[in-house]
Order: sequence, then structure tokens, then C-alpha cells
Amino acid sequence: MNKWLVSLPPTLFLVVFFLAPALLMVGASFQQPGDFGGLVPAMQDGQLTLSLETYRFFFGDWIYAEIFGRSFLVAAATTLICLLLAYPLALLIARSGQRHRNLLVLLVILPLASNFLIRIYAWIILLGPADLLYTPFAVIAGMVYVHLPFMVLPLYNNLEQHDPALLEAAQDLGAGIWTRFWRITLPLSLPGIWAGSALVFIPVLGMFAIPELLGGTRDLLIGNLIKEQFLDNRDWPLGSTLSLLLTAAVLALAGLSARAGRPRQGNA
Amino acid sequence: MQLSLSWPTDHYTDKDLLSYTTRIMALLEIRNVSRRFGELQAVDDVSLSIEAGEFFTLVGPSGCGKTTLLRLIAGFDVPDTGELLLDGQTLAGIPPEKRPVHTVFQSYALFPHMTVAQNVAFPLQMAGNPPDEISRRLKEALELVHLANKARQFPRELSGGQRQRVALARALISKPRLLLLDEPLAALDAKLREQITGELIALQREVGITFVFVTHSQQEALAVSHRIAVMNNGRIEQVGAPEQIYGYPRNRFVADFIGTINLLPVEVRATDHAGLRLFAAGLGEIVGTPIVGPSPGEQGAFAVRPEQLRIVAAGDLTELDNHFHGRVRDYLYLGDVTVYKIELENRVVLEAMLTNAVPGRARFLERGAPVAVGWQRDAGVYLRD
Repeated sequence: MNKWLVSLPPTLFLVVFFLAPALLMVGASFQQPGDFGGLVPAMQDGQLTLSLETYRFFFGDWIYAEIFGRSFLVAAATTLICLLLAYPLALLIARSGQRHRNLLVLLVILPLASNFLIRIYAWIILLGPADLLYTPFAVIAGMVYVHLPFMVLPLYNNLEQHDPALLEAAQDLGAGIWTRFWRITLPLSLPGIWAGSALVFIPVLGMFAIPELLGGTRDLLIGNLIKEQFLDNRDWPLGSTLSLLLTAAVLALAGLSARAGRPRQGNA
Repeated sequence: MQLSLSWPTDHYTDKDLLSYTTRIMALLEIRNVSRRFGELQAVDDVSLSIEAGEFFTLVGPSGCGKTTLLRLIAGFDVPDTGELLLDGQTLAGIPPEKRPVHTVFQSYALFPHMTVAQNVAFPLQMAGNPPDEISRRLKEALELVHLANKARQFPRELSGGQRQRVALARALISKPRLLLLDEPLAALDAKLREQITGELIALQREVGITFVFVTHSQQEALAVSHRIAVMNNGRIEQVGAPEQIYGYPRNRFVADFIGTINLLPVEVRATDHAGLRLFAAGLGEIVGTPIVGPSPGEQGAFAVRPEQLRIVAAGDLTELDNHFHGRVRDYLYLGDVTVYKIELENRVVLEAMLTNAVPGRARFLERGAPVAVGWQRDAGVYLRD
């Protein structure tokens, strides 16, 4: 009974501010856009105004699939680069002396203490003279820079808990340094890799500020597209549809990765 | 002297004689090895020879350097001075993965993401054995430790004793020259520990691999070993067969650490062909077996084990070389035996032990009862201060 009582406030919060808006968005995706933003009521003059218009629109033009594909590609590249940069860093922190570890972790999260936009503007100043501004490179560099700590922290948290005796045992039984990494450290860190990848991939997929500030006109991502529907085109129904389809895609991906990340049982 | 005399004779067989030449050179030679960590002299000028096929035990209180010595043999640590030789070849510069030495860790260190079979086959894969040979030897190894039906389970699904056996199988499967065991029984409960101690002895006899066993438990050391090295403060105090260590401790530390022993403060009166004559203040003369070393006037202790003492409720024990009178001050019932605390006339208290051979009887002597205590001259040893 107490268990339920304690979880009531957060449950209430999620229902009111997360579940309800999500359901409103499902409704909005079938509605008509109002002339000055907003939505035409679902019932007008005794007529039902709902339609599948936005879905027909989305699936009727390759451009949207292309933007979705590009966004997934950018998110995947960002995640991979973050992983390659973060893994050695997390390993270094996890294997440092107890006294240095906290300092190193602090250094990793320190950039998060300054404003996100200011840090992106700093990249504009850095990339401008090098003629790299408004390129896909700039977008991915910015994405990696902003999301790196979210990969480092779960990886560090995982690696720090490894029993050092396992590596000694592997070495004792004949494993060299690379074998020890591939056979022991890497498989044991898979949960950390999945957690970090989810924390990077999902926000990058919906990110609009970085491509808008650092990317060119050809680097439009889903985030930008959705933002445009709500702020510029005043087409809330299409914006809602795009958001819903993005959410569905992310959920499908999360489901697949959860299945892949589960420890395999009993195969040699 | 230590080696030739202390090697138990029942270990010699014709096969041993055939391999005589290999036995001239010890399997593992530890020569003047020292290791210091800051202020702590963990291992202090240790020299040891361990023979092929031996079950050798390093025993001592925690912090005595036995685990450090084990890590030096495994190669996880490097001695500051001295050298280690395996089969006559120096181990200097050879990393742990290249040494034919495997370790059973105290925590077992089983790979949690691998099945029992994957864990046990790991060393064979590392050595690059072909798959059919791996599966054949894996089967043998799992049968050796009675875990053939657990091959596909994960370590977390096993009991403590089963995990311990997986660790043993994994360390033995590639037939190392030397198996190091770092307190492998410490994590088990008492009953299981006793059972696995027996299994360990049988296993060592079956595989014939040299075991170097580290423990802080003197009972375990006495039970499993061919030879024991008692360590204290980084030094070896005594090396010998269990019965030698127990029966003839060389100094007070060994006497006290291995088993229980009575120490009677004495002064040396004379050492002559008649024997060692000692004097205990307020008690009288004690006769011991003659030994070289002590000179008259020297202070020391006569050490005798509780089970070596004879006690009778009334009368004298004049047929024994040493006999005194005292009173029962207290007793401790332990089931199989009862330990009596006997206060002698000079107020020194000795512990003596009587087997409870009569069912349902907890003691044969009452508190306060006058008793006679005695022992033969070879029942104990003189220890210098």
C-alpha cells in the first residue's frame, strides 16, 4: 500500500505532463491546421474534420524518408564516434587511482555546467576560419562534443565495477593484453555501451539547435523539420505526425537493442 | 638438510626413483627473494625449494607475506632482489600469461559472462588447441571435478563449492607445472571446507601436479600438505613435514601458531649425555632430550602439547621422566575431548587433554581435584627465548 502511495506524485506528474500531451499529439496528427497556427476543432458545424492527410503527405514524398534516413545516419555516426572516443577515456578513469577518479569525472562533466548555446557558438568561432562551418562535419563535430559526457559516464560506471581479479585470472591462464580486452573487458562492458549509446543516439536524433547553427541548408534533420512545422509553417498536425513517427522509430530501435543487449544463454 | 629429511618416506615410489635426475633440481627454486612495499617488508630474504609432485603449503597470520610470495611466483609482482627458477630456468622477465603456472584465486575470479564450459576451456583456447582436443579435455576436466552436468550453466547459478571446483578445473585443464592456490577454502562454510579439503588432497594425488597452497589456517595446512613453510613478518620461520612442524617447532612463533602448546618458563641447568636438564622455578627439575646449542644458565621455555601430557586423579606418575602435582582449575568440554587447565605448584597453568571415550561423559576430573601430571623426556621441546 505504502509503495503505491510513495509513487503517486511521480505517476501523477507523468500522466499529466507526459502521457496526456502525447495523447493530445496523437489526436492533433489527425486534425486540420488552423489559419494562424493551432488546430481546427475536431467537430465543426456538425462535421468531423479528422483526416489521414498528414500521413498521406509524409508517405507520399521521398523527401521525408530521406530526412529520416539522414537523421538516423547522423545519430549513428555521432554515437559511434562518441563510443570510440569515450571508451578509452572511461577505461583510463576507471583504472586510475581512487583519488584521481573523482577529479577526472568532474572534468568530463564540467562542460555541462556552461550554457549549451554558448558552447555551440564557440564552435562557430572555431570552425568559421577553417572553412568547415555549415558542413556535415560541423554538425557531427558539434553533436559529438555535446553528447560525449553522456557516453563516458555510463561506460565509466560500468568499467569501474569490473573485478580486477578477472583480468588477472585471464592473464594467469594465458591471455595477452588484447585478448583480455576482447574476451573479458569488452563483453562485460556491453550494458554500459548500450546505456551510453541510447543516451547519445536518442537525443541526437531529435536535436535541432546544432544542425541549425552549425549545419548548411542541405543538412536538415528531423528535429529541424518538426520545429519548422510548429514555429514557421504553423502546421501542427504534420509536426505531430512527424514527432509520433520519430517516437515510434526510436521505440522500435530500443526494443531491438534491448533484445540484442540481453546476455546470451548457453551458446559456445 | 630440510629437503632430504623432511620429505615423507611414503611418497617415494619406483617411479620417483626413475625420475631421480629431475628431482635433483627442484621444480621451483626461490632464492633470497625480497619484496618491499613502502615501509612494509612484505617478503624478507626468502629461500625455498619446492619439489615436483609436492603439495606445499605456505601458512602464516594475515599480512605475513604469503600472498605476496604467491603473486611473485605467478608473476603479478616482481621481486626487488633475489630470483625465482622454474625447472632451472629463471622466471625473471616472463609475464604471468607465459608462465606454466596457474592460480586458483580466493574469489575464484570466474568469468561471469561465460558458462562453466567456456570458463574451463579458456586456458586451452589461449594455448591455441584445436576444437576437438578442447572438447575432449573439457569433458575430462569437468568429470574430474564432478561438474559434467553443469557445463552450460553460468557461475552465478552455482553454489560456492561448485564455483570452487570450476576454478580448480579451469586452473588444471592445461596441466600447468605448478598450481597456486590462494586461500581457496576461505569463502566456504566449515563443513564444506572440511569436505573440499579431502577432495583437494585426492585431486592433487590424481593429477600429480605440484600444488603451492596459501592459507592462514594451521589445521588446513596440517591436513593437506606434504611440507609446510610457516611464515611470519615476511620470513620463513620453519619448513618441514606437518608432523615435524607440529612435533618439533623450532621457535616460540611456530609452537604458538601451529596448534596449542604449553610453555613452561625454565632455566638450562646442564646438557650432558644423560639429557637436557632444565629447572622450572618453584617446581623442580625437568628432563628433556639432549640437543646441541643451549648452555647452562640460559633462559627459555619447555614446550609440550596438551595431548602429550598424562594426568591421573590420584597418586603419582613416577614411571614418567617428569612428574608434578597440581589441581584442576577449569575444564572445557569439546565433545571428542575435554581440555583441563591444571595449575601446578608454582602457579603455572598447563593444558592437558583427555579423550572422552565413555559415551555421555563430559569429564573425568572435577574442578579443584588434586591431580598428578607427567610426561616422558621426548614429549616436548626446549625453545630458546
